[in-house]
Amino acid sequence: MNHQFSPTSLAAGMESVGVRIDGVDLSYGSHRVLKDIHLDIKPGEFFAFLGPSGCGKTTLLRLIAGFNTAQRGAVTIGGRDISGLPAHKRDVGMVFQSYALWPHMTVRRNVAFGLEERRVPRAEIERRVDAALDLVGLKHLADRRPSQLSGGQQQRVALARTIVIEPKVLLLDEPLSNLDAKLRVQMRQELLSLQRKLGLTTIFVTHDQEEANTICDRIAVMEDGIVQQVGTPQELYDHPANLFVAGFLGTANVLEGQVRAVDGGTAFVTGGGVAIPLPRGVEPGAEGKLMFRPQNLFIHQEDGRQDGGAPRAGHVRLVGVVRHREFLGASIRYAVDIGGQQVQVDAPHQAGDALLPTDTPITLDLAADKARFLRR
Amino acid sequence: MTSLALTRESIARVRPGPAVAAVLIALFLLLFLVVPVVQVIFVAFQDKTTGAFTLINFADFFQNDLFMRSFWNSFYVSAMSVVVASALALPLAYLTTRFEFRGAVLIQSLGIIPLIMPPFIGAVAMQLLFGRNGTVNLLLRDHFGISIPFMEGLNGVIFVQSIHYFPFILINLSASLKNIDRAMEESAQNLGCHGFRLFRRIVFPLAMPGYVAGASLVFIKVFDDLGTPLLLNVNDMLAPQAYLRISSIGIADPMGYVISVVLIVCSLLALWVSALAMKGKDYATVQRGGGGLARRRMKPLELVAAYAVVLLILVLVLAPHIGLTLLSFATIWSFSPFPDAFTMKHYGTVFLESGQYITNTLLYASLAALLDVVIGTAIAYLVLRSKLPGRQWLDYIAMAALAVPGVVLGIGYLRSFYDVPMPFTGQPLSGFWLILVFALAIRRLPYALRACTAALQQVSNSLEEAAENLGATKLRTISRVVVPLMSGGILAGFVTSFATAAVELSATIMLVHSQSDAPLAYGLYVYMQSAAGRGPGAALGVFAVVIVGLGTYLSHVIIERGRRERGQDH
Repeated sequence: MNHQFSPTSLAAGMESVGVRIDGVDLSYGSHRVLKDIHLDIKPGEFFAFLGPSGCGKTTLLRLIAGFNTAQRGAVTIGGRDISGLPAHKRDVGMVFQSYALWPHMTVRRNVAFGLEERRVPRAEIERRVDAALDLVGLKHLADRRPSQLSGGQQQRVALARTIVIEPKVLLLDEPLSNLDAKLRVQMRQELLSLQRKLGLTTIFVTHDQEEANTICDRIAVMEDGIVQQVGTPQELYDHPANLFVAGFLGTANVLEGQVRAVDGGTAFVTGGGVAIPLPRGVEPGAEGKLMFRPQNLFIHQEDGRQDGGAPRAGHVRLVGVVRHREFLGASIRYAVDIGGQQVQVDAPHQAGDALLPTDTPITLDLAADKARFLRR
Repeated sequence: MTSLALTRESIARVRPGPAVAAVLIALFLLLFLVVPVVQVIFVAFQDKTTGAFTLINFADFFQNDLFMRSFWNSFYVSAMSVVVASALALPLAYLTTRFEFRGAVLIQSLGIIPLIMPPFIGAVAMQLLFGRNGTVNLLLRDHFGISIPFMEGLNGVIFVQSIHYFPFILINLSASLKNIDRAMEESAQNLGCHGFRLFRRIVFPLAMPGYVAGASLVFIKVFDDLGTPLLLNVNDMLAPQAYLRISSIGIADPMGYVISVVLIVCSLLALWVSALAMKGKDYATVQRGGGGLARRRMKPLELVAAYAVVLLILVLVLAPHIGLTLLSFATIWSFSPFPDAFTMKHYGTVFLESGQYITNTLLYASLAALLDVVIGTAIAYLVLRSKLPGRQWLDYIAMAALAVPGVVLGIGYLRSFYDVPMPFTGQPLSGFWLILVFALAIRRLPYALRACTAALQQVSNSLEEAAENLGATKLRTISRVVVPLMSGGILAGFVTSFATAAVELSATIMLVHSQSDAPLAYGLYVYMQSAAGRGPGAALGVFAVVIVGLGTYLSHVIIERGRRERGQDH
């Protein structure tokens, strides 16, 4: 079932609009779920709210749909403040995590529902429903009931039901979480191609960084009701604003230590005495930690013998002992103890390579310019 | 060698224990459910004198004006009871599930109070409150010069039955409303739907299966009920006709059997219609605990209206209880809004003269309930955990008792066991009190079985496997692990069976052989036949309500405690 969305008249006549969230604050009783959220989502953008469960991302999405009310702040769509509008007048299409297909209606009636509520003439309803079902490749299943469809098909019906009303904004609440791994990868590509085709401003809620990274233009990383950072996937990965973002997107090595003045600038000095030079702008005595990715480390020498080999240019030498290892297939991830702190390093794997046993002394080179000093 | 080993293996796989239990249960069901019912059907198609197959009895039935009138009356009363019960249940269900309503506790009790009083017990009290010369009409006549025929003829049956049975609709409808995933409603709002259209297009269709389940149950219960029409002296309905034919003309008269077959067919038809309505509509739509529709706060005027509706229904629901209590303490209560004076002597009469009704009831109901949970647990276990061929049939047959009206079972027992003499005494077996216990057990078995099955389903298979893995035998595993874990469900099943068996009249009335063996429900019926007996009858009724009420409360407590304990495990 390798279906691709086909072009259709549905895409015509839709004009992309932006979404602004201005100083939104939302509490349930004494629990503050959203804390002073500001976001500016551009017209036609594929935008993600990414964060662990309980971070407030779904609450924020439901606020845009009109199912939650903020105590402060405003939501603007296409320049119009919609904060006071009830859910049924907002014209934002939402695809629910559970799909919420009505079991007492056929696929066709499900998709036609929104148009019927808008008192669209019958002939036009039929035409647009056909077009929408065509778009998601389910025209042949129009007379089935939702319970007779597979998970992926139900997902497509939910999508068709939402886009058929030509909403101003498309909201997706963890739309892929109920699909199996293989289908998830396929559906996210289909989602992306559909979104590009329609040019529809789309907000995608997920807790899966890989999902957000692969299909979204920009991501707002959320934690504890606060937007931690907004950026493209690459910006977030390469230049995380804080330790949470660094740890949530990919694997992060975090070292404790102190910022000290050394010859020719400042350096991050670990308890083991290793000094890693820092770029300008970090004052000696600054509080913070050093973060770098496993792929920023290179295994210099596997038995730890100091035989005179100097570290590569721009690299800092770390000496340690292998504590654990994980065989990942393409690479082997070693956890290395360097003077009481642990770092992870990835070694590429070729068939026939032997794995280093635990407790092997090991010498690592760290690309110093890739390491980032993070204050929190 | 190999073939011998194989045989030994396959023998070992079929353990004798489950097979023996299955055979015993099958025998019991065969003897006390299948044979009597088949007997009834058989006789309906038999020529009275020659015993040959004939349809003449049915031709007689359809040509007899009284029977045809009874048939349509039964149908009309059942249908109207569904209508009136729906009118009572719909607003209540809507209120609790759609609004933030402080009276929710009130509505919950509304759903229980009627069920703890069997309709026939309240019937006489309702006559005194709502009858032509009852309290309400006397007051209306004095003040407004009008009267309302609440209790005239069929109206009385409809009135009493709807008040008693509307909780079935309320409970089922509320449950299915509560089970609707909130996203179902939100997605409709998201697509531009709201208000009454939202209710009509999304909420109500999704709650429909629950409504149909409740409504068909009400229809069947009313159609099959014997006690209420009898006590209200409405005889031109099917169940009373069957009873009167057998009790006045004799067990050889085929018309009682023909009516029985008609009753069974109608019950099956109603079950079939509800199954048809539910087909492919198993809207189990609760997902990941998001459940429940959105509730909104009521405006002041709506709040007043809501309380008015709830209070009116509460008054109606409490009317039989109040009337019965008043009657049990009244010296004389006739042609006056309230009793002339109050006395305790009726209770004295009941305890002095009719203590046997109470002790018999306690004995019969507890034996029947015990039998039910033992058989229910065994069937549940055989069906869910054994590989015995045909085990599903035990469940089917036990559940089939649902479609057998009490009158029919009673007639079947009379026919099957009347000619069997008891050892030593030589009296007919059908008059032996243990037969009555079996009848009660068969009638309540479907409910107990469902309770036991539900309880067993919550005991994970791996708990059992763990016990066996640690060296416990199958029987030890069942007694030390399975049954203790099921105990909450079993106990709830026992108490429910006990409480409802204690006030069963339909089958009882056919099978009671002598006053000394009679249970409470029969005594109540006998008392209510005369004006002088009403007081003691009402006192007996109060006692019955207390038994059922306590039972219901107890099973509620047990179920809640079980739920809490399970909740703590997580």
